[in-house]
Amino acid sequence: MKVERKGETIKFPYSEKVLEHFRNPHNVGKIENPDGKGLEGSPACGDMVAVYIKVEPETKVIEDVKFESYGCASNIATGSVITDLARGKTLDEAKKITWKQASEELGGLPPIKAHCSVLAVEGLRAAIRDYEEKHGLVTEKEPTTEDVIRRRLKHVMNPLTGLDIIRTNLILKTSVEDGVVRVVVDLPADHQFASAIKEDVMEKLGALWDVERVDVVFTA
Amino acid sequence: MIYLDNAACTRLDERVLEAMKPYFFDTYAVATSEFGYSMGIDAKEGLENSREGIASRLGADSEEIVFTSGDTESSNMALKGATWALREKKGKHIIVSKIEDFPVLNTAKTLQKQGFDVTFLDVNAEGFADLEGLKKAITKETALVSIQYANQEIGTAQDLKAISEICEEKDVLLHTDATHSFTRLPLNVKELPVDLVTLSAHTIHGPRGIGALYVRKDTPITKFMDGGFQEFNMRAGVENIPGAAGFATAVELVTEEENRQLEAMRNRVIDRALSEISEVTLNGNRKKRLPQNANLTFHYVEGESVTLHMDMRGFAVSTGSACFSRSLEASHVIRGIGGDHERAHGSVRFTFGRYNRMEDADSAIDAMSEIVARLREISPLAKK
Repeated sequence: MKVERKGETIKFPYSEKVLEHFRNPHNVGKIENPDGKGLEGSPACGDMVAVYIKVEPETKVIEDVKFESYGCASNIATGSVITDLARGKTLDEAKKITWKQASEELGGLPPIKAHCSVLAVEGLRAAIRDYEEKHGLVTEKEPTTEDVIRRRLKHVMNPLTGLDIIRTNLILKTSVEDGVVRVVVDLPADHQFASAIKEDVMEKLGALWDVERVDVVFTA
Repeated sequence: MIYLDNAACTRLDERVLEAMKPYFFDTYAVATSEFGYSMGIDAKEGLENSREGIASRLGADSEEIVFTSGDTESSNMALKGATWALREKKGKHIIVSKIEDFPVLNTAKTLQKQGFDVTFLDVNAEGFADLEGLKKAITKETALVSIQYANQEIGTAQDLKAISEICEEKDVLLHTDATHSFTRLPLNVKELPVDLVTLSAHTIHGPRGIGALYVRKDTPITKFMDGGFQEFNMRAGVENIPGAAGFATAVELVTEEENRQLEAMRNRVIDRALSEISEVTLNGNRKKRLPQNANLTFHYVEGESVTLHMDMRGFAVSTGSACFSRSLEASHVIRGIGGDHERAHGSVRFTFGRYNRMEDADSAIDAMSEIVARLREISPLAKK
């Protein structure tokens, strides 16, 4: 019988390339008055990444891109490589950069670390989205559905486990009606992490274009 | 490599190895009764001498020391053995602290699945068990209380005297996990009414795979692993006589002088970290802690990044960050003391041993200063 070893690697898990980017990350820092800014993750729940972009208004080419990370080695290395990949690309090209591409560029990342590195990719996309929203470039507005909500909530970490709140079944129910989103969290309201999760959920959903109010409800 | 993860495991002392060798190559028979052959009788004598040595360090009688394969087995044996023995007589309730190490914590969870009622006792912000809560939690049904002597991560040493007095007054068995405190902090079972104590050799430069459970005379314990009649018919299996000899020697080699040296290194790390690096929080109590343990949270940086940078510079340290663990779960100890994910995220543990010198403490903090500064430079949270 083939035995699968979940999340365990016997050899050192990071490639030389990951270590190099971790040791000397590229494009680190803040851009003052950025054209677009994305923030993913939250300090209460784990890793956090900020991405800043400067965009050439005519060609929509990313002229400068920088990132900051409060995270582990995969997070830092992905931030470094993803900003390298994005520089000089148009917004539309940069949007298409995937976690897989970043991972390949780095010579592979441990699967268990996927969520830490996805965060950096999401950070870049959030920065692009921020630019597009500010410049009225969002043409097709996707209506907020339960599917959209669950997708966004995958970026909220469950501090009890370090995994996201969807995967750890912390979200009992979601609904959306007339711009009001309701999220039921399987935790007592007086739980030590209740307020951190609530804040994070509100932040993730409150920014959606057709959402007017977010109600976060606890089970007890 | 400057090894500062002595809470996880320690380098074997050569003198320990020398004490073990005869039982591998010369007196390698199993321990026999006095009617056996001479090599077996000699082996038995070696085993009993080792038992005697460990017992005397604890103020126990020889027959109260049962050798096991280590602290995990000892704690399993204490919790499962006592609860199975008492489930009819007393009841199906046990109390363990929230910040116990996994052998106790996960055994308690298994018992819970088997129908036991488990109270996970709160600890305060420094990791001290809530004594008033303990008094209230004990009922007529309570079979056992298990509260560690000192914490594996944050080093906090409990007021075991007060805890044992509460349990004695309420007539409840008390187990304590002394894996990290044995020989490092005083414990005499003649003076303290504790009934079961988990011990291990791997934390004190002894071999892995050997530990012991102190079982106070007449403490009801149901044998939890079936087999032969070894170890007073409490623990089945061929005795690990070389291991026992190594364990006894390891115990003998720990001196108060050494403990003071470890304490000085610990203090150096804590004092320098708190005074030289900004935004640092000590985890655990400043004074009532293991002499060999310093645990600090360096805010705005992540622990796995820190340990990796430390590793690149030749230091082995540990962190409670979720990113560092195989399960991706943040330290239950830091969360148990009311810390949030962020507190665990940047926590770094330095644990000292016999082969460390003061220069190691200093160079570790020098390295930490640079690493933390560098990681904060790229952190979106740090004030720059």
